[in-house]
Amino acid sequence: MDQGQEDLDRIFREESGRILATLIRLLGSFDLAEEAMQEAFTVALERWPVQGMPANPRAWLISTAHHKAVDLLRRSARLDSNRDELLKIAELEQQLADADENMRRHGLTSDDRGNNDRGRNARDSDDPFGDDRLRLIFTCCHPALAREAQVALTLRTLCGLTTDEIARGFLVPLPTMAQRLVRAKQKIRDAHIPYQVPPEHDLDERLDSVLLVVYLVFNEGYSATSGDTAIRHELCAEAIRLGRILCMLLPRQTEARALLALMLLHDSRRNARVGQNGEPILLEEQNRDLWNQDQIREGLTLVESALKDAAAGPYALQAAIAAIHTRAQRAEETDWRQIVALYELLLRLQPSPVVELNLAAAVAMAEGPATGLSLLDRLEVNADLRDYYLLPAARADLLRRLARWPEAAASYRRALALAGNDAARNFLVRRLAEMESKA
Amino acid sequence: MQYLLLIYDKEADWNKLSEADQATMYKEYGEFTQSIMQSGHHKAGHQLQPISTATTVRVRDKKRVVTDGPFAETKEQLGGFYMIEAKDLDDAIAVAARIPSARYGSIEVRPIVVHNQVSS
Repeated sequence: MDQGQEDLDRIFREESGRILATLIRLLGSFDLAEEAMQEAFTVALERWPVQGMPANPRAWLISTAHHKAVDLLRRSARLDSNRDELLKIAELEQQLADADENMRRHGLTSDDRGNNDRGRNARDSDDPFGDDRLRLIFTCCHPALAREAQVALTLRTLCGLTTDEIARGFLVPLPTMAQRLVRAKQKIRDAHIPYQVPPEHDLDERLDSVLLVVYLVFNEGYSATSGDTAIRHELCAEAIRLGRILCMLLPRQTEARALLALMLLHDSRRNARVGQNGEPILLEEQNRDLWNQDQIREGLTLVESALKDAAAGPYALQAAIAAIHTRAQRAEETDWRQIVALYELLLRLQPSPVVELNLAAAVAMAEGPATGLSLLDRLEVNADLRDYYLLPAARADLLRRLARWPEAAASYRRALALAGNDAARNFLVRRLAEMESKA
Repeated sequence: MQYLLLIYDKEADWNKLSEADQATMYKEYGEFTQSIMQSGHHKAGHQLQPISTATTVRVRDKKRVVTDGPFAETKEQLGGFYMIEAKDLDDAIAVAARIPSARYGSIEVRPIVVHNQVSS
């Protein structure tokens, strides 16, 4: 691959979300913005290798796309023009003139050849267009859109993933994913979902939805054990990147910081949690030398600062739990009592049978399997967990620790009947065989 | 941008309210309607007679078929509506959330289609 293509690929990866966010603001349309950005990158691919990269590639791309959008509108207007469309074009042309003027004031022009010193200095601190990514993410994660549409739209627009990549990441057929994106964009347009950062009094509620989308993207990449490995890796990386953007743009939101910490601490175990044949390796059996110490350091700093600045929210508590695991040099050194205390707080903030199950497992580690079993007994009457394979799997694990082999085998069989993914099934089959050999 | 706010709730629950409670509800609706008139959101709005008064009309093979009631049985019934002018969906959602029935039933927010008028 030649240098020009490489530069362009890098810029597309790093900047397309931010460029698109600004274009949507300028043009008032997701589709037009996407088309115009595509054309601008095509122009860049032709020109940059010959003329050199402009001093501020992002500003150049935005400005070029803006011109392209007006061209696109003019061309379509000739075919079937009505008054509203013509007015829109006139408005965009005026805006374009203003933007060009603004670019000149920043020492940049759309023909910038990359030899402009003033332009070079203007790169980040003095950005002519500002950062519109926060508007974009709040619009993509608007509660009036279905959760799966929020996730897809965020990955498509902010992360620049292709529809095909998103479809593969979520194990959904391509036409289904394409349809999902089209419908979401139609709803934004037709229902007039505003392109703005919500006002202060709505921010907390709306941020919950944004954080959940980022967390879902991460989890999809982290927990799914079938499908394309590269794409799943990409999903985790993109979720972490989104987490960083949120922390940078909303520095006072401690839950955003805690979510980033949580993702980093989980991701740090990536290389240790899967065996050579793709089988999952439990936390207590992982080779801790394989954990990524840079991610752990960053995650620990973030979670500490989040806990210092505000009362702990659900992400801060989960990050604190992950932090305790990473602090233990060996599995036996894990401070289970503290983990129990954190799960109890989490259960109070976010009551759910799944948190209760985790609490029971932590209690079993802190106080012995027998106490854990009595907690599981209480959980088993809960209808929500009837088909949840981790419940019989947890029971089987505690029975195994108590050397009650036949009962453990029976529970493993029940878990196996409910488990969906292959990696989990393989693990359960292995354990079941162990139990049967001992019984 | 105009939106239709469709108010769904359980008719049976409304009928169970005491007269005093119904009066309180009407008073709340009156105040709410006043407030959205003052803010310039209000275009129209009405409470509907109960579903037992409804009639459904269809034309099939050029023949008119008139039947009693609505077609499908649902848990919540359409009990009234407002037509509002709002800046965008967030503005419309904020108005919808203040409709007294939002606390018991649900409000469906539907944007109105604007057909482009071709100028000659």
